[in-house]
Amino acid sequence: MSFAIVSVFKVGPWLVRNQEINIHMANSKGALERYWKANIKIVVGLLLLWFSVSFGCGILLRDWLDAHFPSVGSAPFGFWMAQQGSILCFVGILILYAKLMAKLDHQIQSEGGTER
Amino acid sequence: MSQDGYNYLFIGLSFALYIWIAFRQQAGSTKEYYTAGGGVSPCANGMATAADWMSAATFISRAGLLATSGYDGSRFLMGWTGGFVLLTVLMVPFLRKFGKATVPDFIGDRYYSKLARFVAVVCAIFICLTYIMGQMRGVGVVFQNLFGISISAGVWIGGSIVFIYAGLGGMKGITYTQVAQYCVMAFAYTIPAVFIAIALTNQFIPQLGFIGDYLREGQEPVPFLQKLDEVNRELGFAEYTAGSLSKIDMFCITAALMCGTAGLPHVIVRFFTVKNVKAVRTSACWTLTFIAVIYLTAPTIGGFARVNMIETLHQTPHAEAPTWFKDFEKNGQMKWTDKNGDGNIQYFGPQEEAKGNANELTFGSDIMVMANPHMAGLPKWVIGLLMAGCIAAALSTAAGLLLVLSTAISHDLMKKIIKPDLSEREEINWARGASLGALLVAIYFGINPPSEFIAKTVAFAFGLAASSFFPTLLMGIFSRRMNKEGAIAGMAVGILFTFSYIVYFQFFGGTKEQYFFGISPEGIGFVGMLLNFAVSFVVSRVTPAPPQEVTELLDNVRYPDKEGAESVIAHH
Repeated sequence: MSFAIVSVFKVGPWLVRNQEINIHMANSKGALERYWKANIKIVVGLLLLWFSVSFGCGILLRDWLDAHFPSVGSAPFGFWMAQQGSILCFVGILILYAKLMAKLDHQIQSEGGTER
Repeated sequence: MSQDGYNYLFIGLSFALYIWIAFRQQAGSTKEYYTAGGGVSPCANGMATAADWMSAATFISRAGLLATSGYDGSRFLMGWTGGFVLLTVLMVPFLRKFGKATVPDFIGDRYYSKLARFVAVVCAIFICLTYIMGQMRGVGVVFQNLFGISISAGVWIGGSIVFIYAGLGGMKGITYTQVAQYCVMAFAYTIPAVFIAIALTNQFIPQLGFIGDYLREGQEPVPFLQKLDEVNRELGFAEYTAGSLSKIDMFCITAALMCGTAGLPHVIVRFFTVKNVKAVRTSACWTLTFIAVIYLTAPTIGGFARVNMIETLHQTPHAEAPTWFKDFEKNGQMKWTDKNGDGNIQYFGPQEEAKGNANELTFGSDIMVMANPHMAGLPKWVIGLLMAGCIAAALSTAAGLLLVLSTAISHDLMKKIIKPDLSEREEINWARGASLGALLVAIYFGINPPSEFIAKTVAFAFGLAASSFFPTLLMGIFSRRMNKEGAIAGMAVGILFTFSYIVYFQFFGGTKEQYFFGISPEGIGFVGMLLNFAVSFVVSRVTPAPPQEVTELLDNVRYPDKEGAESVIAHH
């Protein structure tokens, strides 16, 4: 019951223009869609990073990086990325993912709160 | 105390610990048997997943393979860690949200079909069996090394222990056992590396030694990697930092390993044991951190051990060879034949051999980790610990796989397809029976392995997982239009293609010239995966869209933090 009331509050202004839409659905759908889009954005961004540190630096551009980038200790850059660097980056990517998603969860929740 | 005494002590203690944990954590319900009740802390689950993940192959032969394959070995390093990124951002939060016990469960419900569930069960059994063979073999190798018994006897002993705690304790039993096993493994792997890094490079952290300077008394310090390259070149091997695989093969193998990781049922189910989606993400961070500890150390052990071994053995008179060498010779793991009759050990690679310098020393890649502490002259207890670590690695992975195998049969096949009125007690009994059956098959193949190297057997399991589960799960989550026809066709085509390619080149004498675009059987899973994507896409577009319940299920799965959403509502 309280859910339905909240829903009316949340989508109230929009509902005036779109009377035929089920209020219950509109609210959860809208929030879901925003959440999902933001989630996809995070995933795509992190996967680009993932691809470039492993396949990019470690395999495809390895020779070029070895020749043109400063070496890490005594290891050529591309080689070091393939054997060590990419793994460190992966850990970083996962920590970033957990942080960003936690923030997104929080955001979507507080957004629901302010709309009232 | 003698070396044997230390070995028995460490292995005996660790076994006692595992079995004690298993008895304390016996599963009473199917929920506990399949997912440990769903309340494991993220950090503990991270450790357990890391132990589950790091197989005997990783532990025993990875460093050895890296030592001989150099840059080419990076495909394993990146493949088996990078897969966790895919797994975490694309799979597990959503599958956890779905909240069922097994991977075929998700496929069966998402694709609203018993046939899809059945195909998924078959794929799961297939992947796990391929994988578990390598583990049983690994246990056998360790026991052979330790007690001088035959590999087959070792496989039988390892198998019985796994059955005791995985078959009886279920997920609850193995989770806490795996936490203990991870600790044993991590210490066993890193301690010898630290010792040898100090000896060769005067660095406490092996990863810094690896990129630091090689120090020998009376010699100018040279960068370690340069030393490694020089040693390899002088003996006619490829340089460590050079690679021999073509870029496309390297790319495909790495991709197959990564996507395979993200499709491995025994890793996915591990994330069903934590409380909620947020805990899944945290747990994944822990998992990869724990795995990285071992994977960042592997190339350093490989490199150090190789330099050390060559410096110790090459051109050394056989009579003066160190005792560890003679021990390994005795149990057949290293072989020396005095081809030029000078009484010295000569170790040469293909390029020197072509010049007429015969190589007199042969050994398997499994030996590097085993021989490393001996070569570095480390204390006896380190070697005992290492032995316990090897066994922990093999047992933990075998247990995880066995659990998936048994649940695939008891839950997905018996309960959901054949006999829906199965009681909970009967279901657990089926699971225990199935794990015994699966174990017997695994033991058979552990004794008669279809492939030479442990690592290779495992790499194939990844190809199979990449070509079957990965695309199906991925599209099950991210595509609303994907339907059962598409998923079933895709899985079947993907796994059949990959399987027949591997079988053809492994058993029917296919040659390198026949490789499809120069892609080896190890990397073919990537092509199988693309095929799976293509086939399921096309088939799904020409067949009816999935019913409404499924799209509703998807909405539910895609909005991971249901607890959060509800709390918002309650708040108002």
